[in-house]
Amino acid sequence: MAKYKMHLLVCGGTGCRASASDTIVEDFKKELEAKGLKDEVQVVMTGCFGFCEKGPIVKVMPDNTFYTQVTPADVAEIVAEHVIKGRKVTRLLYSDPNADNKHISDSRHMGFYKKQIRVALRNCGFINPENIEEYIGREGYMAIGKALTEMTPQEVIDEIKKSGLRGRGGGGFPTGLKWEIASKNAADQKYVVCNADEGDPGAFMDRSVLEGDPHSIIEAMAICGYCIGATKGLVYIRAEYPLAIQRLKIAIDQAREYGLLGKSILGTSFDFDIELRYGAGAFVCGEETALIHSMEGHRGEPTVKPPFPAESGYLGKPTNVNNVETFANIPVILLKGSAWFASIGTEKSKGTKVFALAGKINNVGLIEVPMGTTLREVIFEIGGGIKDGKKFKAVQTGGPSGGCLTEKHLDTPIDFDNLVAAGSMMGSGGMIVMDEENCMVAVAKFYLEFTVEESCGKCSPCRIGNKRLYELLDKITKGEGTLEDLDRLRNLSQVIKDTALCGLGQTSPNPVLSTIDNFYSEYEAHVTDRKCPAGECKSLMQYVIDPEACVGCTACSRNCPVNAISGERKQPHLIDSAVCIKCGACIEKCKFSAISIK
Amino acid sequence: MAQIKSLADLKKMQADMLSKVELREKAESPESHVQIKVAMATCGIASGAKTVMEFFMDQLDKRGIGAVITQTGCMGYCYAEPTIEVTLPGQEPVVFGYVDTKKADEIIEKYIKTGELVDGIIPVNYEKID
Repeated sequence: MAKYKMHLLVCGGTGCRASASDTIVEDFKKELEAKGLKDEVQVVMTGCFGFCEKGPIVKVMPDNTFYTQVTPADVAEIVAEHVIKGRKVTRLLYSDPNADNKHISDSRHMGFYKKQIRVALRNCGFINPENIEEYIGREGYMAIGKALTEMTPQEVIDEIKKSGLRGRGGGGFPTGLKWEIASKNAADQKYVVCNADEGDPGAFMDRSVLEGDPHSIIEAMAICGYCIGATKGLVYIRAEYPLAIQRLKIAIDQAREYGLLGKSILGTSFDFDIELRYGAGAFVCGEETALIHSMEGHRGEPTVKPPFPAESGYLGKPTNVNNVETFANIPVILLKGSAWFASIGTEKSKGTKVFALAGKINNVGLIEVPMGTTLREVIFEIGGGIKDGKKFKAVQTGGPSGGCLTEKHLDTPIDFDNLVAAGSMMGSGGMIVMDEENCMVAVAKFYLEFTVEESCGKCSPCRIGNKRLYELLDKITKGEGTLEDLDRLRNLSQVIKDTALCGLGQTSPNPVLSTIDNFYSEYEAHVTDRKCPAGECKSLMQYVIDPEACVGCTACSRNCPVNAISGERKQPHLIDSAVCIKCGACIEKCKFSAISIK
Repeated sequence: MAQIKSLADLKKMQADMLSKVELREKAESPESHVQIKVAMATCGIASGAKTVMEFFMDQLDKRGIGAVITQTGCMGYCYAEPTIEVTLPGQEPVVFGYVDTKKADEIIEKYIKTGELVDGIIPVNYEKID
């Protein structure tokens, strides 16, 4: 086989594929074939590079050139200029807005990548996830090889314990300890379950690992099976992830073909196989007991813990449930050693964490940073700061279970305990950044709307309590709230937190409590002044015609569906705010920009 | 599509595959490897720079020397094509002119392996802004 002199890595994650990256791969192959370069240049479709804001991404190796926002129309130019003549296509290089738009071609020099340490994402953007041999080329399946031939199950568990790895799904429970408990409970059959439900809105860390490096999960689950004494693995994955499901299926089939799943793995007496189970998109099924019941064929409702799944889980047998990202860290801990892993991060939170940066931030995408990186570094250095130069207001971490962190928390080093102390939590890694135009009451209402919809209804505090919280917030955003309502919000939130059956209910009031604590004046303004300082709550806004700009053309009054606008021809018009339904039709029709929202 | 029946089989497959993904691994941290840039603009290609590049790729692999070999545009020394720029880890780059496969062989054996300078060096007359 001829040796390739150049590799073209094209991002094949869902985000870039939505922007035709799969067409880019096909077009590259066709163009290279046409130019007779098929045997010299390899086109590789990889997993997510993380820089989703600037996708589709194409990385040229070995000269390490990072192209952004590539379209199928650019393929011919890249081949003609870069591949054949060695000249980089400058207009496709990343230009740093924080450095006078200077072009940067090596990703290691970019603010986005400089502080990242990719451990769980080590193979994403590097290998073709649909080719098991590329995974093997990067020491894939060596960890399970080492475990099966050189270590006893207890030795592997001890190594994971020493590494300090804590669950990445949000609970932060020490993984080694979890495996040890499951291994000690005797049974004729045990199960390893991978929680790939990823219900948090806006989170896509697990999706990217499954799309970009599915074999790491297969290998980790097998290692877990070896430790706890299970021969069966189940991946519970939400049906809304078709690409992740497809890649996982291909990976499992390939692993079976190569004898790395099934009977007598690597010539030892260890058997292990994996099945997929599909979720139907219920947020509550990310909770491990609800997940197990869903897999058993029942309605996804949680049950009280104890007994924990490690004692009695799937079909009543000892079951170990771990998140995708937790599993992704396992093979590399065994290969590089627990001491290496423990050298990254803070004292109580070791290793790295993958975050999905979203909201009003410049560099929207997926990042992986060592624990202990501060929020300021993540938002302003890696994230590139607030979009359109606006002012930072808050960052929501932990999704609907978390809280808002404000300016005074920006220098907090990110780890499990620090975030809880600051009134939020790590969660699975979603980070939504907000600016001065986000109304915090509306944010709390948005999250409650979500949790009300997703509540399974089994326990009254969550089923009824969350609904009442939502109704109170709705009232406030419509300008109908009172100061007593604010006290009610606080009290009810505490009651729900103390009495709900599962994690969903126990954490759903967090956005309310954290926004009321940090932004009380904003809630007050809604209630006492009937105003929304951020300008988001439409019901509290007034549509006003500027008498100096208005020429009296009557375009607005003729189009107002409720006849709220009065005025003579050629005279400035007036909107009656009592009648106005704030539909915005007048603004659309005004050719003189005379109408504004206050 | 081989069945992997033992750890030894797995290790062998890894070694075989290594050369294929190695290109990407090395490129992530080029400073720790020997970096060779071959000028492949019109004058370079016309003088046979492609043969030189293929020679380096082939021979360095055979002789077990880890290197990152890339092509660049015109370096300006059109009178001395084919030209290459060799950067040993931690050292300043050195440009060689009139490189044919025989010279390339000499460069590998003498400069890359032992650091001994070879005839035909073109003195550096540029500065990089990075």
